[in-house]
Amino acid sequence: MPQRAFLATEPLIRWGWIWDHLEEIRTQTVEHFILTGIAVGIGFAIAMGLSIVALRFRRTYGPVTWVTGVLYTIPSLALFAFLVPYTGLSTLTAEIGLVSYTLLILVRNIVAGIDGVSPAVREAAVGMGYGRARLFLEIELPLALPVIVAGLRIATITVVGLVTITSIIGQGGLGLFILDGLRRDFYTPLIVGSVLSVVLAVVIDVALAGLEWLLSPWSRARTAG
Amino acid sequence: MSEASISLDHVTKRYGGASTAAVEDLVMEMPAGRVTALVGPSGCGKTTILKMINRIIEPTSGRILVGGRDIQDLDPHALRRGIGYVIQQVGLFPHRTVDENIATVPKLLGWDRRRTERRIEELIEMVGLEPEMRDRYPAELSGGQQQRVGVARALAADPPVLLMDEPFAAVDPIVRVRLQDELRSLQAQLQKTIVFVTHDIDEAIKLGDQVAILDVGGALRQYAPPEEVLGKPANAFVEEFLGKERGLRRLSLIAVGDVSLEDGPTVSSDAGPAEAREVMAREGVDWVAVVRDGELRGWVWESELEPGRKMGDLAARPFLVRVTADNTLREALDAIVTSHNQVAVVYDGDRYAGMLTLDRISENLVP
Repeated sequence: MPQRAFLATEPLIRWGWIWDHLEEIRTQTVEHFILTGIAVGIGFAIAMGLSIVALRFRRTYGPVTWVTGVLYTIPSLALFAFLVPYTGLSTLTAEIGLVSYTLLILVRNIVAGIDGVSPAVREAAVGMGYGRARLFLEIELPLALPVIVAGLRIATITVVGLVTITSIIGQGGLGLFILDGLRRDFYTPLIVGSVLSVVLAVVIDVALAGLEWLLSPWSRARTAG
Repeated sequence: MSEASISLDHVTKRYGGASTAAVEDLVMEMPAGRVTALVGPSGCGKTTILKMINRIIEPTSGRILVGGRDIQDLDPHALRRGIGYVIQQVGLFPHRTVDENIATVPKLLGWDRRRTERRIEELIEMVGLEPEMRDRYPAELSGGQQQRVGVARALAADPPVLLMDEPFAAVDPIVRVRLQDELRSLQAQLQKTIVFVTHDIDEAIKLGDQVAILDVGGALRQYAPPEEVLGKPANAFVEEFLGKERGLRRLSLIAVGDVSLEDGPTVSSDAGPAEAREVMAREGVDWVAVVRDGELRGWVWESELEPGRKMGDLAARPFLVRVTADNTLREALDAIVTSHNQVAVVYDGDRYAGMLTLDRISENLVP
């Protein structure tokens, strides 16, 4: 039976291919992780700056969310296509795109987290002689941490997915396998790239949740009866 | 600033856009080491006055002196570190333990760890917290415990001045009374200059050495010791604010120990029925209390007297409500109206000290 013969010769996953490409799979996974880390790191730094401005000068919050919102809605392929003439097929192009997708989520969560700090806590802190910077670093930021980490988790998952697309503009990462699989109509690398991308997203998400758990023991305090 | 009086010198606060001032040309002297209670309806500017003292709100005009120094000349952060601040919602830092919360101002002032640690131990004991609560987070404490931590945190660096903005308004009435009593005994030791904002006239009377009654716009309608405010309200506004229970409120300012007691209808346990009847007739009552060796055995109705039996041999009914010299006349009045005999029985420890009657109590209200 021809159909059966086809299945026998063309299995969904060729374990032999995976075995032969272990080293490259490892390299590209690390590369994927690094591209993600850079994007989220830079995105977080920029978002923190934007948030501080928005919190200090309330009227800028609208424009900040508008601009980051527009960035967020641009289709990623279109954004890369737009950037390539200026920044080439470079990591810079990839990172500009990736960073711009994190901003809206991160700014919103940072601002919401800080806004969520009880006014009584803020008033008590000011009344005891806290200056603005110390209030922000020692009181507001730690209390906003759960909301901020929630934003980081969403942003990171988004970026892990988007990094697969940056291989179109010549970047590494697990997208290379997906692209390769698509070009050759060869399922094994396609599946390897997709599955590892999902696994990476889950691992980073769990790690961030663990970090939050470690950093905010107070939020687990049981309420007095 | 160990002896820190607070002077408000023609202080006015006008909020942007408001047609009337929140506080208008207020002149007020808050004596060092005493409790000044600011009380009045909402909109009377009492909280604004309080917050101008630690510069959370800046006055539009006028000067405020703390310990003789114009606070405008001081760095606001340094000023605030020298002034304890307690607010209604407590505002404990949820991410810090009880210990860390109390250590807030010492940390800002750069105290070393040993000094801070010693001070925390002292304060935990002073405000009546259990040492095992020190590692807990605020969410693990009851409302009353949180406010105790709030008071300890405000007292941490031993500031001469304490600002309290309706600190006990959010806790239930039973806990509130206990916190008020604790603040009173704490203040008896510490002698801080306390500014206490409340909307509750009873609380103001109970805690204030001076009570300032404010009208809308920060108008000071009367500023006097509580006895004087209740006894001689300066004007119709104060009278109305004090309400219909002014007499009762005055009773809460007088201790049972401050009035002379009556011996009441008492007989010794050795006495016979004839002597008991004589006492009842003299006092105009139909019961008599039995005393043996200075201790009150209880009381018996006239109808229960038995010929030939000594009073000590009869089954006496116990007095259910005990009053001591520390209770107020208001509490004694409560004891009177809830007793069968219409008297409040006053004890000194286990010994019988005397009785209070309605007549005796009203003598203290009507000059």
